Amino acid sequence: MKKVRTHQELVALRNSLLENRDPNKPCVRVCISTGCRARGSLDVLQAFRDEVTKQGSGTDVDVKQTGCHGFCERGPVVVIGPKEIFYQGVKPSDVPEVVSKILHNWEVVDRLLYVNPATHQKVLCETEVPFYKMQTRRILANNGRIDPTSILDYIAVGGYQALAKAITAMSGENIIDTVEKSGLRGLGGGGFPTGRKWRSCREAKGNLKFVIGNGDEGDPGAFSDRSLMEANPHSILEGMIIGAYAIGVNQGYLYVRTEYPLALKHLQIAIDQAKECGFLGKGILGSKFDLDIKIIRGGGAFVCGESSALVASIEGKVGEPRAKYIHTVEQGLWNKPTNLNNVKTWACVPLIINNGADWYAKIGTAKCKGTAIFSLVGKVNNTGLIEVPMGTPLKQIIYDIGGGILEDKKFKAVQTGGPSGGCIPEELLDLPVDFDKLTEAGSMMGSGGMIVMDEATCMVDVARYFLDFLQYESCGKCAPCREGVKRMLEIVTNITAGRAKKEDLELLQELAEMVKDFSLCGLGRTSPNTVLSTLKYFRDEYQTHVKDKKCSAGICKDLIEYSILEDKCTGCGACLKLCPQQAIQGEPKNPHTIDPSKCIRCGVCRDACPFEAIMVN
Amino acid sequence: MVTLTIDGVKVQAQEGSTILEVARFYGFNIPTLCYHDELTPYGACRLCMVEVDDGRRTRLVASCLHPAKEGIRVKTHSQRVVEGRKLILELLIARCPNSKTLQDLASQIGLEHVRFKMESKDCILCGLCVRMCAEQMGSGAIGFVGRGQKREVVTPFRVSSDICRNCGACMYICPVVELQCRGVKSPGEVCNSCLVITPQCVEKYDQVMCTLDSCGACVQKEEE
Repeated sequence: MKKVRTHQELVALRNSLLENRDPNKPCVRVCISTGCRARGSLDVLQAFRDEVTKQGSGTDVDVKQTGCHGFCERGPVVVIGPKEIFYQGVKPSDVPEVVSKILHNWEVVDRLLYVNPATHQKVLCETEVPFYKMQTRRILANNGRIDPTSILDYIAVGGYQALAKAITAMSGENIIDTVEKSGLRGLGGGGFPTGRKWRSCREAKGNLKFVIGNGDEGDPGAFSDRSLMEANPHSILEGMIIGAYAIGVNQGYLYVRTEYPLALKHLQIAIDQAKECGFLGKGILGSKFDLDIKIIRGGGAFVCGESSALVASIEGKVGEPRAKYIHTVEQGLWNKPTNLNNVKTWACVPLIINNGADWYAKIGTAKCKGTAIFSLVGKVNNTGLIEVPMGTPLKQIIYDIGGGILEDKKFKAVQTGGPSGGCIPEELLDLPVDFDKLTEAGSMMGSGGMIVMDEATCMVDVARYFLDFLQYESCGKCAPCREGVKRMLEIVTNITAGRAKKEDLELLQELAEMVKDFSLCGLGRTSPNTVLSTLKYFRDEYQTHVKDKKCSAGICKDLIEYSILEDKCTGCGACLKLCPQQAIQGEPKNPHTIDPSKCIRCGVCRDACPFEAIMVN
Repeated sequence: MVTLTIDGVKVQAQEGSTILEVARFYGFNIPTLCYHDELTPYGACRLCMVEVDDGRRTRLVASCLHPAKEGIRVKTHSQRVVEGRKLILELLIARCPNSKTLQDLASQIGLEHVRFKMESKDCILCGLCVRMCAEQMGSGAIGFVGRGQKREVVTPFRVSSDICRNCGACMYICPVVELQCRGVKSPGEVCNSCLVITPQCVEKYDQVMCTLDSCGACVQKEEE
């Protein structure tokens, strides 16, 4: 690979790449990101490669691996360009037929198309699938289009043009002005204005400064950073290089958790390629600007996603937060001015430089511009990664993009922002989603997790689950978080077990408010959000647990009892055979009964019953 | 010099000093557990939290770490602060009911009852010993291991090493093992009795000698 020394050389390289590519040549794009990979997409990719040489000359169809398309629910996802035919759930056995039909006048394999559940009609292109149609993809735009391990692919779609523009035609001040004007805010969840942060760091005293990309996404149910790092690592690098140039930094770090092996691999490949091409290293694009970026692997502590703990971790110390009364932009890594942004924030920068601040600020709300990425999971029909303009109502996300609740059950709550976020009830479904509105509703943007819950969810049990996670992940440095979360968990566990007293609810509220006010870091301060929001919006559910010792959702094992409806039971014996406790008795073809003293409330019988004869009280 | 207001009183302070240092210099009482004049502030016990109004917003900050800035208004005993402190202390006493330091503090700030299930640990993880060993004794023989509930202070790999000189400085500074309170008998109790009597040791040696073995005077007094 030849070093690119000037803006002109980059433009020439891109043009030659585009010239050598036939836009009408069929190109099979197979997603090899984690979700599809788990469903066997590597085998599908190999099958395509084999089949293309077997059936054709091997050069008449391109086969390309790409990153996450977002619709992980339907993986392995395959898109055939340039007609953009969207196949879902592709198996290696489908591949010969797909390839032969491409080679024969672009016939379509009907059974692999997506069926719109609302209209029951088959959909041909990705853009027509409702899941994609309602999205505005900016950061994720190239996710399913380029090979994440090929810098040439990235350059072909216009990559590194923003860097060239920034370095040759813009001053640091210029760049920061543009970013500030765009209204970009920290997409890691904090929502701090990025331009202002950069400016403070640029103006901070000292010659030695650092930039850090935070890819330590630890929230259960969130995978937006992961997908971006796996699918488009160069966009993150490009943003970091531009930021480093604007702030005046020569050393950058990418902090990524070891649990993301594919992201680590792709990022390392990207860094090596960028160095080879002269986008990293000494004299970037022929200028006097030097920058090196190193990957630091996180050990998996949730708290290390918090900026000061992350900095401690890079320094080789125990990953524990410190008070940030002196900001990281003044004293961060090794007490030097440090600018830390989430990887998604960095990936926005090239878009802003290329298209201008006004373009970026065109969508979004008054105070939150651009788009937000969410990992839509839980009890919705379409789970996956979505990107929507800031201010999109929750209802639209869950019902139009998510396709509504699974099995047509009733919606109960949606939790945004991971374990430290809050649960938002049905009456707030019209809430436009942005940093400020979510905080007002008692939740937060966080890392962009969005967990949808249906009527069969017990909110007290949800609070217990997240408190358990947070107790495990608390670093233990400050007393309110370490002791407070432990005691909150103790109380909530008592409530789910029917051992709680009336005054426990007040104590829980008191504890939650204290932990929110008194904890040292963001993890501690947001840890009571689930408790506070469920206490606010689902207080009656807590009260039924405490007063009546009942769990209306039928989840809390100590408060429920299984029984068999006599009129519905046909005596088929399906439950009897499966019960691990031999708690079910009855003669064949006669209604069965459950012995509550033996029953462990595992629910196997309910799942097995074909007649819905098993009741939970 | 910077000028700030603490509990309505205008005070002057050296630039770079913390709110806690200034407040203590002027005689405002802010309770602490993990703070010591001669050690780096740590900000973990959260008892020293105060309410700070910087003209834009009011927030709670740890006074042992927050710099005394020009024009800020500090409230050391607002209702929010006092109630939070009580609850934190309640949590800590539930963890280490026999610490005399904690029991005394409970009496001072008016904590009368503990509502949590009692444990009997002997460490509140304030980190004074770790900093004492590293900063004052120049040794670094002990440190924290584990996370969250599993966090504890130990020697590296839990073996005694030559680095530790058995100087006892960690014991000296510890708010829990140094002074054991024997007054607490049933769970949920806060002792308070040492505040009203003078133990024999104080009469004899001019200081509390519970370090080695409590004389139990405080307990006997209560039984009478």
